[in-house]
Amino acid sequence: MIGRTRAAMRLVTGGAAAAVPAPQPTGEAEKSYRWFPPGTHITVRGLSKQFQGSPLYQDFDLDLPRGKVVSVFGPNGCGKSTIINMIAGLIPVDKGDILFDGKTIDETRIGYVFQNYREALFPWLRAIDNIHYPLKLMGLGRRERQEKVEKLLSRFQVKIDFNRYPYELSGGQQQTVSILRSLVMEPEVLFLDEPFSALDYEMTLFMRDQMQKAFMETNTTMVIVSHDLEEAVYLADYVLLLTRRPTQIADFVEVPLPRPRSAETLSDPKFIEIKSHCLDIFRREARL
Amino acid sequence: MDIAATLGRLRPMLGVGLLLLVWWVATALEVADPVLLPPPQKAFRALYDGLIGGPLLADFAQTIYRTVLSFLIASAIAIPLGVALGAADKLYRSVEFVIDFFRSTPASAVFPLFLVLFGVGDKTKIAVAAFGAVLVILFNVAYGVMNARKTRVLAAKVMGANRLQILKDVYFWESLPQTFIGMRNGISLCLVIIVVAEMFIGSTDGIGHRLIEAQMLFEMPTMYAAIFAAGALGYGMNWIFLTIEKTFVHWGGK
Repeated sequence: MIGRTRAAMRLVTGGAAAAVPAPQPTGEAEKSYRWFPPGTHITVRGLSKQFQGSPLYQDFDLDLPRGKVVSVFGPNGCGKSTIINMIAGLIPVDKGDILFDGKTIDETRIGYVFQNYREALFPWLRAIDNIHYPLKLMGLGRRERQEKVEKLLSRFQVKIDFNRYPYELSGGQQQTVSILRSLVMEPEVLFLDEPFSALDYEMTLFMRDQMQKAFMETNTTMVIVSHDLEEAVYLADYVLLLTRRPTQIADFVEVPLPRPRSAETLSDPKFIEIKSHCLDIFRREARL
Repeated sequence: MDIAATLGRLRPMLGVGLLLLVWWVATALEVADPVLLPPPQKAFRALYDGLIGGPLLADFAQTIYRTVLSFLIASAIAIPLGVALGAADKLYRSVEFVIDFFRSTPASAVFPLFLVLFGVGDKTKIAVAAFGAVLVILFNVAYGVMNARKTRVLAAKVMGANRLQILKDVYFWESLPQTFIGMRNGISLCLVIIVVAEMFIGSTDGIGHRLIEAQMLFEMPTMYAAIFAAGALGYGMNWIFLTIEKTFVHWGGK
Protein backbone atom coordinates (compact mmCIF):
# COMPACT_ATOMS: atom_id res chain seq x y z
CA MET A 1 0.00 0.00 0.00
CA ILE A 2 2.54 2.53 -1.11
CA GLY A 3 -0.24 4.92 -2.10
CA ARG A 4 -1.61 4.97 1.44
CA THR A 5 1.75 5.61 3.00
CA ARG A 6 2.34 8.44 0.63
CA ALA A 7 -1.08 9.84 1.36
CA ALA A 8 -0.36 9.87 5.05
CA MET A 9 2.96 11.56 4.47
CA ARG A 10 1.40 14.15 2.30
CA LEU A 11 -1.36 14.95 4.74
CA VAL A 12 0.73 16.71 7.32
CA THR A 13 -1.13 19.96 7.46
CA GLY A 14 -2.52 21.58 10.56
CA GLY A 15 -5.53 23.84 10.88
CA ALA A 16 -8.91 23.35 12.47
CA ALA A 17 -11.29 23.73 9.57
CA ALA A 18 -14.24 21.39 9.60
CA ALA A 19 -13.62 18.52 7.25
CA VAL A 20 -16.75 16.81 6.10
CA PRO A 21 -18.51 14.77 7.23
CA ALA A 22 -17.72 16.08 10.73
CA PRO A 23 -14.27 14.97 11.81
CA GLN A 24 -12.97 14.95 15.36
CA PRO A 25 -11.68 18.38 16.27
CA THR A 26 -7.95 17.93 16.70
CA GLY A 27 -7.48 20.88 19.02
CA GLU A 28 -3.83 21.82 19.52
CA ALA A 29 -2.64 19.86 16.54
CA GLU A 30 0.97 20.46 15.74
CA LYS A 31 1.72 18.55 12.54
CA SER A 32 -0.90 15.96 13.29
CA TYR A 33 -1.93 13.53 10.58
CA ARG A 34 -5.46 14.40 9.78
CA TRP A 35 -7.12 11.24 8.47
CA PHE A 36 -10.06 11.21 6.21
CA PRO A 37 -13.22 9.17 6.83
CA PRO A 38 -13.49 5.76 5.18
CA GLY A 39 -14.89 5.86 1.67
CA THR A 40 -13.24 9.18 0.92
CA HIS A 41 -11.95 9.65 -2.60
CA ILE A 42 -10.74 13.21 -2.77
CA THR A 43 -9.03 14.95 0.12
CA VAL A 44 -8.24 18.65 0.16
CA ARG A 45 -6.05 19.95 2.96
CA GLY A 46 -4.94 23.45 3.81
CA LEU A 47 -5.92 24.86 0.44
CA SER A 48 -5.30 28.56 -0.04
CA LYS A 49 -6.00 30.65 -3.09
CA GLN A 50 -5.81 34.38 -3.56
CA PHE A 51 -7.93 36.07 -6.14
CA GLN A 52 -6.97 39.59 -7.17
CA GLY A 53 -5.24 40.18 -3.88
CA SER A 54 -8.03 39.02 -1.60
CA PRO A 55 -8.23 35.50 -0.19
CA LEU A 56 -10.78 33.29 -1.91
CA TYR A 57 -9.88 30.12 -0.05
CA GLN A 58 -7.91 30.09 3.17
CA ASP A 59 -6.76 26.90 4.79
CA PHE A 60 -9.67 25.05 3.25
CA ASP A 61 -10.25 21.35 3.95
CA LEU A 62 -12.64 19.05 2.14
CA ASP A 63 -13.33 15.33 1.82
CA LEU A 64 -15.38 14.01 -1.04
CA PRO A 65 -16.77 10.47 -0.94
CA ARG A 66 -16.06 7.79 -3.51
CA GLY A 67 -18.66 6.73 -6.03
CA LYS A 68 -21.05 9.53 -5.16
CA VAL A 69 -22.33 12.59 -6.94
CA VAL A 70 -21.51 15.78 -5.07
CA SER A 71 -22.96 19.04 -6.27
CA VAL A 72 -21.36 22.31 -5.35
CA PHE A 73 -23.67 25.22 -4.62
CA GLY A 74 -23.11 28.63 -3.13
CA PRO A 75 -23.47 32.41 -3.49
CA ASN A 76 -22.11 34.18 -6.55
CA GLY A 77 -18.38 34.70 -6.51
CA CYS A 78 -17.73 32.19 -3.75
CA GLY A 79 -15.55 30.19 -6.12
CA LYS A 80 -17.71 27.20 -7.02
CA SER A 81 -15.97 26.71 -10.34
CA THR A 82 -12.63 27.71 -8.88
CA ILE A 83 -12.68 24.90 -6.33
CA ILE A 84 -13.41 22.19 -8.89
CA ASN A 85 -10.91 23.70 -11.30
CA MET A 86 -8.25 23.61 -8.62
CA ILE A 87 -9.12 20.02 -7.73
CA ALA A 88 -9.09 19.10 -11.42
CA GLY A 89 -5.70 20.75 -11.82
CA LEU A 90 -6.87 23.36 -14.33
CA ILE A 91 -5.77 26.27 -12.18
CA PRO A 92 -2.88 26.24 -9.74
CA VAL A 93 -3.35 26.49 -5.99
CA ASP A 94 -1.32 28.91 -3.89
CA LYS A 95 -0.90 26.42 -1.10
CA GLY A 96 -2.27 23.09 0.05
CA ASP A 97 -2.60 19.46 -0.97
CA ILE A 98 -5.20 17.81 -3.12
CA LEU A 99 -5.09 14.05 -3.32
CA PHE A 100 -7.14 11.38 -4.98
CA ASP A 101 -6.85 8.24 -2.92
CA GLY A 102 -3.42 9.49 -1.96
CA LYS A 103 -2.42 10.12 -5.57
CA THR A 104 -1.72 13.49 -7.11
CA ILE A 105 -3.72 14.83 -10.03
CA ASP A 106 -0.99 13.75 -12.45
CA GLU A 107 -1.38 10.18 -11.28
CA THR A 108 -5.14 10.28 -11.61
CA ARG A 109 -7.36 9.90 -14.65
CA ILE A 110 -10.04 12.54 -14.62
CA GLY A 111 -12.79 13.68 -16.93
CA TYR A 112 -14.04 17.23 -17.21
CA VAL A 113 -17.19 18.54 -18.84
CA PHE A 114 -17.10 22.25 -19.59
CA GLN A 115 -20.01 24.62 -19.49
CA ASN A 116 -19.22 25.87 -22.96
CA TYR A 117 -19.44 22.71 -25.07
CA ARG A 118 -19.07 24.77 -28.23
CA GLU A 119 -15.56 25.71 -27.21
CA ALA A 120 -14.66 22.42 -25.59
CA LEU A 121 -15.29 20.01 -28.46
CA PHE A 122 -12.94 19.94 -31.41
CA PRO A 123 -14.92 21.20 -34.41
CA TRP A 124 -12.38 19.82 -36.87
CA LEU A 125 -13.14 16.29 -35.73
CA ARG A 126 -16.39 14.39 -36.24
CA ALA A 127 -18.34 13.68 -33.06
CA ILE A 128 -17.13 10.08 -33.07
CA ASP A 129 -13.49 11.15 -33.43
CA ASN A 130 -13.96 13.59 -30.58
CA ILE A 131 -14.95 10.64 -28.41
CA HIS A 132 -12.00 8.62 -29.72
CA TYR A 133 -9.52 11.39 -28.97
CA PRO A 134 -8.80 10.76 -25.26
CA LEU A 135 -8.30 7.07 -26.01
CA LYS A 136 -5.85 8.04 -28.71
CA LEU A 137 -3.95 10.10 -26.17
CA MET A 138 -3.79 7.01 -23.99
CA GLY A 139 -2.05 5.30 -26.88
CA LEU A 140 -4.72 2.70 -27.63
CA GLY A 141 -4.85 1.12 -31.06
CA ARG A 142 -7.76 1.63 -33.43
CA ARG A 143 -9.44 -1.72 -32.66
CA GLU A 144 -9.27 -1.28 -28.93
CA ARG A 145 -10.60 2.25 -29.21
CA GLN A 146 -13.51 1.16 -31.33
CA GLU A 147 -14.41 -1.55 -28.85
CA LYS A 148 -14.44 0.87 -25.95
CA VAL A 149 -16.42 3.51 -27.81
CA GLU A 150 -18.98 0.99 -29.03
CA LYS A 151 -19.41 -0.40 -25.54
CA LEU A 152 -20.00 3.08 -24.17
CA LEU A 153 -22.44 4.07 -26.91
CA SER A 154 -24.44 0.87 -26.57
CA ARG A 155 -24.86 1.57 -22.88
CA PHE A 156 -26.24 5.02 -23.51
CA GLN A 157 -28.35 4.39 -26.58
CA VAL A 158 -28.40 8.04 -27.58
CA LYS A 159 -29.78 8.84 -30.97
CA ILE A 160 -27.09 11.07 -32.39
CA ASP A 161 -25.45 10.80 -35.79
CA PHE A 162 -21.90 10.54 -34.54
CA ASN A 163 -20.48 10.95 -38.01
CA ARG A 164 -21.47 14.60 -38.00
CA TYR A 165 -19.28 17.46 -36.97
CA PRO A 166 -20.07 19.08 -33.60
CA TYR A 167 -21.39 22.28 -35.17
CA GLU A 168 -23.96 20.24 -37.08
CA LEU A 169 -25.46 18.97 -33.82
CA SER A 170 -27.86 20.68 -31.41
CA GLY A 171 -26.59 22.11 -28.13
CA GLY A 172 -27.81 19.16 -26.10
CA GLN A 173 -26.31 16.69 -28.53
CA GLN A 174 -23.00 18.52 -28.40
CA GLN A 175 -22.96 18.41 -24.61
CA THR A 176 -23.88 14.71 -24.74
CA VAL A 177 -20.88 14.11 -27.00
CA SER A 178 -18.80 16.11 -24.55
CA ILE A 179 -19.97 13.94 -21.64
CA LEU A 180 -19.36 10.76 -23.61
CA ARG A 181 -15.87 12.00 -24.46
CA SER A 182 -15.13 12.46 -20.79
CA LEU A 183 -16.57 9.07 -19.84
CA VAL A 184 -14.93 6.97 -22.52
CA MET A 185 -11.59 6.78 -20.77
CA GLU A 186 -13.32 5.58 -17.62
CA PRO A 187 -12.18 8.43 -15.39
CA GLU A 188 -11.74 7.95 -11.68
CA VAL A 189 -13.42 11.29 -11.12
CA LEU A 190 -15.67 13.28 -13.40
CA PHE A 191 -15.95 17.05 -12.99
CA LEU A 192 -18.82 18.99 -14.51
CA ASP A 193 -18.86 22.78 -14.49
CA GLU A 194 -22.45 23.98 -14.92
CA PRO A 195 -22.82 21.49 -17.75
CA PHE A 196 -26.43 22.33 -18.63
CA SER A 197 -26.58 26.06 -18.09
CA ALA A 198 -26.26 26.84 -21.79
CA LEU A 199 -29.16 24.57 -22.72
CA ASP A 200 -32.88 25.26 -22.84
CA TYR A 201 -35.13 23.85 -20.11
CA GLU A 202 -36.42 20.87 -22.07
CA MET A 203 -32.89 19.86 -22.98
CA THR A 204 -31.74 20.39 -19.40
CA LEU A 205 -34.35 17.94 -18.09
CA PHE A 206 -33.30 15.39 -20.69
CA MET A 207 -29.62 15.89 -19.93
CA ARG A 208 -30.14 15.48 -16.18
CA ASP A 209 -31.47 12.02 -16.89
CA GLN A 210 -28.56 11.29 -19.20
CA MET A 211 -26.23 12.33 -16.40
CA GLN A 212 -28.05 10.13 -13.92
CA LYS A 213 -27.84 7.24 -16.35
CA ALA A 214 -24.13 7.87 -16.76
CA PHE A 215 -23.66 7.80 -13.03
CA MET A 216 -25.75 4.69 -12.43
CA GLU A 217 -23.97 2.88 -15.24
CA THR A 218 -20.44 3.73 -14.17
CA ASN A 219 -20.61 4.66 -10.49
CA THR A 220 -17.90 7.23 -11.12
CA THR A 221 -17.20 9.82 -8.44
CA MET A 222 -18.70 13.02 -9.79
CA VAL A 223 -18.38 16.63 -8.75
CA ILE A 224 -20.82 18.97 -10.40
CA VAL A 225 -21.10 22.73 -10.10
CA SER A 226 -24.62 23.99 -10.44
CA HIS A 227 -26.26 27.37 -10.16
CA ASP A 228 -29.69 25.81 -9.90
CA LEU A 229 -30.54 24.51 -6.43
CA GLU A 230 -33.24 22.13 -7.67
CA GLU A 231 -30.78 20.60 -10.08
CA ALA A 232 -28.05 20.46 -7.45
CA VAL A 233 -30.28 18.48 -5.07
CA TYR A 234 -31.86 16.35 -7.80
CA LEU A 235 -28.56 15.11 -9.19
CA ALA A 236 -26.58 14.72 -6.01
CA ASP A 237 -25.94 12.27 -3.22
CA TYR A 238 -24.44 15.17 -1.28
CA VAL A 239 -24.83 18.90 -1.71
CA LEU A 240 -21.77 20.88 -0.78
CA LEU A 241 -22.93 24.34 0.31
CA LEU A 242 -20.29 27.05 0.36
CA THR A 243 -20.14 30.37 2.23
CA ARG A 244 -19.20 33.76 0.91
CA ARG A 245 -15.52 34.42 0.54
CA PRO A 246 -13.17 33.65 2.12
CA THR A 247 -15.01 30.49 1.33
CA GLN A 248 -15.72 27.81 3.89
CA ILE A 249 -18.08 24.88 3.96
CA ALA A 250 -21.52 26.02 5.07
CA ASP A 251 -22.98 22.54 5.09
CA PHE A 252 -22.62 19.14 3.50
CA VAL A 253 -26.13 17.85 3.03
CA GLU A 254 -26.88 14.23 2.28
CA VAL A 255 -29.61 13.51 -0.25
CA PRO A 256 -30.68 9.95 0.56
CA LEU A 257 -33.28 9.68 -2.20
CA PRO A 258 -33.34 6.46 -4.22
CA ARG A 259 -32.28 6.34 -7.86
CA PRO A 260 -33.38 6.48 -10.58
CA ARG A 261 -34.93 9.79 -9.70
CA SER A 262 -37.54 11.23 -11.97
CA ALA A 263 -40.04 14.05 -12.26
CA GLU A 264 -41.93 12.59 -9.28
CA THR A 265 -38.82 12.99 -7.13
CA LEU A 266 -39.19 16.75 -7.50
CA SER A 267 -42.47 16.64 -5.57
CA ASP A 268 -41.33 14.06 -3.00
CA PRO A 269 -41.69 15.59 0.51
CA LYS A 270 -38.19 14.43 1.43
CA PHE A 271 -36.78 16.17 -1.66
CA ILE A 272 -38.66 19.35 -0.84
CA GLU A 273 -37.45 19.26 2.74
CA ILE A 274 -33.80 18.89 1.72
CA LYS A 275 -34.14 21.58 -0.87
CA SER A 276 -35.66 24.07 1.56
CA HIS A 277 -32.98 23.25 4.12
CA CYS A 278 -30.33 24.01 1.50
CA LEU A 279 -32.16 27.15 0.51
CA ASP A 280 -32.21 28.35 4.14
CA ILE A 281 -28.47 27.93 4.41
CA PHE A 282 -27.93 29.54 1.06
CA ARG A 283 -30.02 32.56 2.04
CA ARG A 284 -28.14 32.86 5.28
CA GLU A 285 -24.82 32.73 3.45
CA ALA A 286 -25.81 34.98 0.59
CA ARG A 287 -27.41 37.35 3.11
CA LEU A 288 -30.58 37.70 1.14
CA MET B 1 -38.91 35.12 -63.63
CA ASP B 2 -36.47 33.28 -65.91
CA ILE B 3 -35.15 36.52 -67.25
CA ALA B 4 -34.51 37.77 -63.73
CA ALA B 5 -32.62 34.58 -62.87
CA THR B 6 -30.50 34.75 -66.00
CA LEU B 7 -29.80 38.40 -65.37
CA GLY B 8 -28.79 37.57 -61.81
CA ARG B 9 -26.28 35.05 -63.04
CA LEU B 10 -24.88 37.46 -65.60
CA ARG B 11 -24.62 40.36 -63.16
CA PRO B 12 -20.98 39.74 -62.18
CA MET B 13 -20.06 39.91 -65.87
CA LEU B 14 -21.61 43.36 -66.32
CA GLY B 15 -18.54 45.13 -65.00
CA VAL B 16 -16.34 43.21 -67.41
CA GLY B 17 -18.60 44.11 -70.32
CA LEU B 18 -18.66 47.73 -69.25
CA LEU B 19 -14.87 47.92 -69.04
CA LEU B 20 -14.45 46.36 -72.49
CA LEU B 21 -17.07 48.72 -73.91
CA VAL B 22 -15.37 51.81 -72.50
CA TRP B 23 -12.02 50.54 -73.74
CA TRP B 24 -13.40 49.83 -77.20
CA VAL B 25 -15.19 53.18 -77.45
CA ALA B 26 -12.03 54.97 -76.31
CA THR B 27 -9.96 53.31 -79.00
CA ALA B 28 -12.67 53.83 -81.64
CA LEU B 29 -12.77 57.53 -80.83
CA GLU B 30 -8.97 57.58 -80.68
CA VAL B 31 -9.00 59.23 -77.27
CA ALA B 32 -5.49 57.97 -76.67
CA ASP B 33 -2.62 57.25 -79.03
CA PRO B 34 -3.56 53.95 -80.73
CA VAL B 35 -0.02 52.72 -80.21
CA LEU B 36 -0.32 53.14 -76.45
CA LEU B 37 -3.89 51.92 -76.19
CA PRO B 38 -4.63 49.27 -78.79
CA PRO B 39 -8.24 48.10 -79.17
CA PRO B 40 -9.25 45.22 -76.86
CA GLN B 41 -9.51 42.64 -79.62
CA LYS B 42 -5.83 43.21 -80.48
CA ALA B 43 -4.77 42.71 -76.86
CA PHE B 44 -6.81 39.53 -76.57
CA ARG B 45 -5.47 38.32 -79.88
CA ALA B 46 -1.95 38.78 -78.48
CA LEU B 47 -2.97 36.93 -75.31
CA TYR B 48 -4.38 34.06 -77.36
CA ASP B 49 -1.38 33.88 -79.68
CA GLY B 50 1.01 34.13 -76.79
CA LEU B 51 -0.63 31.32 -74.87
CA ILE B 52 -1.29 29.01 -77.82
CA GLY B 53 2.13 28.15 -79.18
CA GLY B 54 3.59 31.54 -78.25
CA PRO B 55 6.23 32.39 -75.65
CA LEU B 56 3.74 33.69 -73.10
CA LEU B 57 2.74 30.19 -72.03
CA ALA B 58 6.31 29.31 -71.04
CA ASP B 59 6.61 32.63 -69.20
CA PHE B 60 3.35 31.94 -67.46
CA ALA B 61 4.59 28.50 -66.37
CA GLN B 62 7.90 29.92 -65.12
CA THR B 63 6.19 32.54 -63.03
CA ILE B 64 3.85 29.95 -61.53
CA TYR B 65 6.78 27.67 -60.80
CA ARG B 66 8.74 30.39 -58.99
CA THR B 67 5.74 31.71 -57.10
CA VAL B 68 4.60 28.30 -55.94
CA LEU B 69 8.11 27.18 -55.00
CA SER B 70 8.81 30.30 -52.95
CA PHE B 71 5.41 29.98 -51.33
CA LEU B 72 6.00 26.33 -50.42
CA ILE B 73 9.37 27.14 -48.90
CA ALA B 74 7.81 29.99 -46.94
CA SER B 75 4.96 27.82 -45.66
CA ALA B 76 7.26 24.97 -44.67
CA ILE B 77 9.26 27.37 -42.52
CA ALA B 78 6.55 29.68 -41.26
CA ILE B 79 3.76 27.29 -40.23
CA PRO B 80 5.66 25.08 -37.76
CA LEU B 81 7.60 28.08 -36.48
CA GLY B 82 4.44 30.13 -36.12
CA VAL B 83 2.68 27.39 -34.15
CA ALA B 84 5.68 27.02 -31.86
CA LEU B 85 6.11 30.77 -31.34
CA GLY B 86 2.41 31.36 -30.84
CA ALA B 87 2.21 28.66 -28.20
CA ALA B 88 5.11 30.21 -26.29
CA ASP B 89 3.76 33.72 -26.24
CA LYS B 90 6.55 35.10 -24.06
CA LEU B 91 8.99 34.01 -26.74
CA TYR B 92 6.80 35.54 -29.42
CA ARG B 93 6.63 38.84 -27.56
CA SER B 94 10.40 38.98 -27.55
CA VAL B 95 10.75 38.48 -31.31
CA GLU B 96 7.56 40.29 -32.28
CA PHE B 97 9.30 43.56 -33.01
CA VAL B 98 11.80 41.92 -35.36
CA ILE B 99 9.04 40.09 -37.22
CA ASP B 100 6.89 43.20 -37.40
CA PHE B 101 9.78 45.34 -38.55
CA PHE B 102 10.79 43.10 -41.42
CA ARG B 103 7.19 42.40 -42.28
CA SER B 104 6.78 46.13 -42.77
CA THR B 105 9.98 46.45 -44.77
CA PRO B 106 9.24 46.48 -48.52
CA ALA B 107 10.61 43.19 -49.81
CA SER B 108 12.09 45.04 -52.78
CA ALA B 109 14.44 46.79 -50.34
CA VAL B 110 16.22 43.53 -49.64
CA PHE B 111 16.80 42.69 -53.32
CA PRO B 112 20.36 44.07 -53.34
CA LEU B 113 21.23 42.15 -50.19
CA PHE B 114 19.84 38.91 -51.55
CA LEU B 115 21.65 39.52 -54.87
CA VAL B 116 24.91 39.62 -52.96
CA LEU B 117 23.98 36.51 -51.02
CA PHE B 118 22.53 34.36 -53.78
CA GLY B 119 23.87 35.88 -57.01
CA VAL B 120 21.92 36.70 -60.13
CA GLY B 121 19.42 33.98 -60.89
CA ASP B 122 16.34 32.12 -59.82
CA LYS B 123 17.64 31.57 -56.30
CA THR B 124 17.53 35.26 -55.46
CA LYS B 125 13.99 35.76 -56.74
CA ILE B 126 12.67 32.76 -54.89
CA ALA B 127 14.57 33.65 -51.73
CA VAL B 128 13.26 37.22 -51.60
CA ALA B 129 9.69 36.11 -52.26
CA ALA B 130 9.95 33.39 -49.63
CA PHE B 131 11.45 35.86 -47.17
CA GLY B 132 8.54 38.24 -47.57
CA ALA B 133 5.95 35.48 -47.37
CA VAL B 134 7.52 33.78 -44.34
CA LEU B 135 6.97 36.86 -42.23
CA VAL B 136 3.37 37.36 -43.35
CA ILE B 137 2.46 33.72 -42.78
CA LEU B 138 4.38 33.47 -39.51
CA PHE B 139 2.64 36.53 -38.13
CA ASN B 140 -0.81 35.18 -38.97
CA VAL B 141 -0.15 31.66 -37.72
CA ALA B 142 1.28 32.93 -34.44
CA TYR B 143 -1.73 35.15 -33.88
CA GLY B 144 -4.08 32.31 -34.77
CA VAL B 145 -2.41 30.17 -32.13
CA MET B 146 -2.39 32.91 -29.52
CA ASN B 147 -6.10 33.47 -30.04
CA ALA B 148 -6.87 29.76 -29.67
CA ARG B 149 -9.88 29.01 -27.49
CA LYS B 150 -8.53 28.47 -24.04
CA THR B 151 -11.23 25.95 -23.23
CA ARG B 152 -10.07 23.63 -26.00
CA VAL B 153 -6.51 23.74 -24.78
CA LEU B 154 -7.69 22.99 -21.24
CA ALA B 155 -9.90 20.19 -22.53
CA ALA B 156 -6.91 18.55 -24.22
CA LYS B 157 -4.78 19.06 -21.14
CA VAL B 158 -7.36 17.49 -18.87
CA MET B 159 -7.59 14.50 -21.22
CA GLY B 160 -3.88 13.99 -20.69
CA ALA B 161 -2.33 15.61 -23.75
CA ASN B 162 1.30 16.66 -23.40
CA ARG B 163 2.73 19.91 -24.79
CA LEU B 164 3.59 18.48 -28.18
CA GLN B 165 0.20 16.82 -28.54
CA ILE B 166 -1.54 20.07 -27.61
CA LEU B 167 0.54 21.83 -30.27
CA LYS B 168 -0.36 19.47 -33.06
CA ASP B 169 -3.86 18.44 -32.02
CA VAL B 170 -5.22 21.77 -30.80
CA TYR B 171 -3.09 24.82 -31.57
CA PHE B 172 -2.41 23.78 -35.15
CA TRP B 173 -6.09 23.30 -35.95
CA GLU B 174 -7.21 26.30 -33.94
CA SER B 175 -4.87 28.50 -35.94
CA LEU B 176 -5.83 27.01 -39.29
CA PRO B 177 -8.44 29.64 -40.30
CA GLN B 178 -5.93 32.40 -39.56
CA THR B 179 -3.18 30.37 -41.20
CA PHE B 180 -5.16 30.28 -44.42
CA ILE B 181 -5.53 34.04 -44.35
CA GLY B 182 -1.77 34.27 -43.94
CA MET B 183 -1.16 31.81 -46.77
CA ARG B 184 -3.48 33.70 -49.10
CA ASN B 185 -1.69 36.96 -48.35
CA GLY B 186 1.62 35.14 -48.60
CA ILE B 187 1.05 33.74 -52.06
CA SER B 188 -0.15 37.12 -53.38
CA LEU B 189 3.00 38.66 -52.00
CA CYS B 190 5.11 35.92 -53.61
CA LEU B 191 3.52 36.67 -56.97
CA VAL B 192 4.13 40.41 -56.63
CA ILE B 193 7.77 39.94 -55.68
CA ILE B 194 8.42 37.30 -58.35
CA VAL B 195 6.95 39.46 -61.12
CA VAL B 196 8.99 42.49 -60.04
CA ALA B 197 12.11 40.37 -59.73
CA GLU B 198 11.57 38.96 -63.20
CA MET B 199 11.53 42.49 -64.55
CA PHE B 200 14.73 43.70 -63.04
CA ILE B 201 16.92 40.84 -61.93
CA GLY B 202 18.59 39.34 -64.98
CA SER B 203 15.75 37.21 -66.25
CA THR B 204 15.22 35.50 -69.55
CA ASP B 205 11.67 34.36 -68.90
CA GLY B 206 8.60 34.88 -66.72
CA ILE B 207 5.65 37.22 -66.98
CA GLY B 208 7.64 40.10 -65.51
CA HIS B 209 10.34 39.64 -68.11
CA ARG B 210 7.72 39.48 -70.88
CA LEU B 211 6.17 42.71 -69.64
CA ILE B 212 9.37 44.69 -69.54
CA GLU B 213 10.48 43.34 -72.91
CA ALA B 214 7.16 44.23 -74.52
CA GLN B 215 7.47 47.70 -73.08
CA MET B 216 10.98 48.18 -74.45
CA LEU B 217 9.98 46.89 -77.89
CA PHE B 218 6.78 48.95 -77.71
CA GLU B 219 4.66 45.85 -78.35
CA MET B 220 1.68 47.21 -76.53
CA PRO B 221 -0.80 44.37 -77.25
CA THR B 222 1.74 41.86 -75.85
CA MET B 223 2.15 44.01 -72.78
CA TYR B 224 -1.58 44.14 -72.15
CA ALA B 225 -1.71 40.41 -72.71
CA ALA B 226 0.98 39.88 -70.08
CA ILE B 227 -0.86 42.13 -67.65
CA PHE B 228 -4.00 40.07 -68.11
CA ALA B 229 -2.02 36.88 -67.65
CA ALA B 230 -0.57 38.17 -64.40
CA GLY B 231 -4.02 39.29 -63.26
CA ALA B 232 -5.54 35.93 -64.09
CA LEU B 233 -2.75 34.22 -62.19
CA GLY B 234 -3.32 36.29 -59.06
CA TYR B 235 -7.06 35.88 -59.21
CA GLY B 236 -6.79 32.15 -59.88
CA MET B 237 -4.46 31.52 -56.97
CA ASN B 238 -6.73 33.38 -54.62
CA TRP B 239 -9.72 31.43 -55.89
CA ILE B 240 -7.96 28.11 -55.45
CA PHE B 241 -7.08 29.05 -51.90
CA LEU B 242 -10.59 30.11 -51.03
CA THR B 243 -11.89 26.81 -52.40
CA ILE B 244 -9.39 24.76 -50.42
CA GLU B 245 -10.15 26.83 -47.36
CA LYS B 246 -13.88 26.22 -47.64
CA THR B 247 -13.48 22.45 -47.73
CA PHE B 248 -10.53 22.22 -45.37
CA VAL B 249 -11.53 24.71 -42.69
CA HIS B 250 -15.17 23.69 -42.84
CA TRP B 251 -15.74 24.67 -39.21
CA GLY B 252 -14.54 28.24 -39.70
CA GLY B 253 -16.89 30.79 -38.19
CA LYS B 254 -19.15 28.11 -36.68
